[in-house]
Amino acid sequence: MGELVTDKHVKYILSVEKRKDDFESVVMEHLRMNGAYWGLTALDLMGKLDVVDVNEVVSWVMSCQHDSGGFGGNVGHDPHILYTLSAVQVLALFDKMDLIDADKVTNYIVGLQNEDGSFSGDMWGEVDTRFSYIAICCLSIIHRLDKINVEKAVKYIISCKNMDGGFGCTPGGESHAGQIFCCVGALALTGSLDLVNKDLLGWWLCERQVKSGGLNGRPEKLPDVCYSWWVLSSLIMIDRVHWISREKLIKFILDCQDKEKGGISDRPDDAVDVFHTYFGVAGLSLLEYPGLKPIDPAYALPVDVVNRIFFKK
Amino acid sequence: MASGSSEVEEEEQERVMLRDRPEWADVTPVPQDDGPCPVVPINYTEEFAEVMDYFRAVYLADERSPRALSLTAEAIHFNAGNYTVWHFRRLLLESLKVDLHKELEFIERIAAKNSKNYQIWHHRRRVAEKLGPDARNAELQFTKKVLSVDAKHYHAWSHRQWALQALGGWEDELDYCSELLEQDIFNNSAWNQRYFVITRSPFLGGLKAMRESEVLYTIQAIEAYPENESSWKYLRGLYKGETTSWVNDPQVSSICLKILSSKSNYLFALSTLLDLICHGYQPNQDFRDAIEALKIPDLDIQDLDIASMICSILEKIDPIRVNYWIWRKSRLPHVAQ
Ligand SMILES: [Zn+2]
Repeated sequence: MGELVTDKHVKYILSVEKRKDDFESVVMEHLRMNGAYWGLTALDLMGKLDVVDVNEVVSWVMSCQHDSGGFGGNVGHDPHILYTLSAVQVLALFDKMDLIDADKVTNYIVGLQNEDGSFSGDMWGEVDTRFSYIAICCLSIIHRLDKINVEKAVKYIISCKNMDGGFGCTPGGESHAGQIFCCVGALALTGSLDLVNKDLLGWWLCERQVKSGGLNGRPEKLPDVCYSWWVLSSLIMIDRVHWISREKLIKFILDCQDKEKGGISDRPDDAVDVFHTYFGVAGLSLLEYPGLKPIDPAYALPVDVVNRIFFKK
Repeated sequence: MASGSSEVEEEEQERVMLRDRPEWADVTPVPQDDGPCPVVPINYTEEFAEVMDYFRAVYLADERSPRALSLTAEAIHFNAGNYTVWHFRRLLLESLKVDLHKELEFIERIAAKNSKNYQIWHHRRRVAEKLGPDARNAELQFTKKVLSVDAKHYHAWSHRQWALQALGGWEDELDYCSELLEQDIFNNSAWNQRYFVITRSPFLGGLKAMRESEVLYTIQAIEAYPENESSWKYLRGLYKGETTSWVNDPQVSSICLKILSSKSNYLFALSTLLDLICHGYQPNQDFRDAIEALKIPDLDIQDLDIASMICSILEKIDPIRVNYWIWRKSRLPHVAQ
């Protein structure tokens, strides 16, 4: 198992940023904003955010903003709520919140709330509890949560709760750890966790740990490092994280490292990518792995960044 | 009206760069603007970059033409995850009055390679929505096809639930669930769909009306594979909001006893029995005998009350969640031995 090879992961993340012509970079092009958030947050958790040029990143992020207030996944791309949250999170990482025109971003997000309280991802209407979380998290970071109908938003999320205690993407949708993170996160940020049956949901979540120590996202599925984030953060938010085996999960994540070239994969011996590298590091941070900054389970930002946002400290 | 799909298929063999095609000679491609100081200078593969340059040109000019439609097909072929391309394609479908059934076929071909992509499913829904009940069979067939390859495909299930609610077609859905569960009784998605059907189908009368037959079905499933998390959860779900009927239904306690007596794969039987006891169920001596007969090595439970016995066994046989079971033990109601 060994240890977290921090220096190698830092190198790997920086190398991805510079890579030019492989397939991953083509696919990543339109969601570069998410990639930036994953890579930069992982760097910050490892205490290495200072290796990037702040002004370069920040000016690129700002150039992705549209008049509507939303951010695109890259320069010249249409805005989407997915990229808007990542952009706001990246600016928060660099303590550049003052660059955000909060009213503009707020208008954009407010416009995406539907009559039933749900949120669409963009002006074209795809509805999903993921977008409820993103809207609520984003508005909370810019101190504008009061500008949406929180009561209805919460009601919609609760309508996606299943009999097993979990949540799906729409009412009746199968419980899925990724959706559960979004729903529990949104409920945590709106102070509505009393609406969750914590023992029932906690049991479902801790059943996700399989023999190898890894977590899966649904019954009978394979474990995957990204669920270390989704399942763990949910368990922490509902105060039940001690129900799973910390040691075994740490071992599973460490086994997914590429110890030579850096980066973390979904499962041992698979190819690494930035997405799983971020989720692996963030998962270890939630598990209080030594040498990593603590991450906030609801905001998905380092705790010191969250404190800076809310307590100016 | 062509849907632009034929180009995509031929493209694999002998793709001609757009700049060498006469029909595009009048368009000046618009290169990607990477912003003032690009953090990540990305060089896309040349062909994809060119398609996107031409796409930006037609998109900015809002050119509603057949060639623009073909171009979106090419762009989607390279990268099916771009929201803008899909959106512009919908505008084109409308302006050019394209036969939307053809579009469904196009989506099916694209989905064959990219079925985990959110945009494809969203696009599919928008197109089916336009077609209305006309699209019902196509949507049920399409999702069935995707599910025949990956029976737990989250997008496909989500789309299917939407189609049932928006377009109808509930009549055969319970049979479809049974069919999938017959193939794989551990398929949690199919169990979820089953629950969706019995609670929401306008033809079945709701959970209460379905309970009796569903309990029988589920108990058979549990007997066949007692290690199946999904069937046990489903059984509990059948009594949603009616804990008392669940505690008092002899079918529930009997299946627990039956599995315990078999002495194998009894984890969920034990945990269900524990839940029953915590909700007031009073097990008789048969349960105690069955539990004592399990004979867990290095575990002395003779003197404990039955609920504590259960917790002690679960701590032993489910060590990864030992803290959960210790917690359960710590908050047991005080029951007589
Ligand atoms: Zn993953």
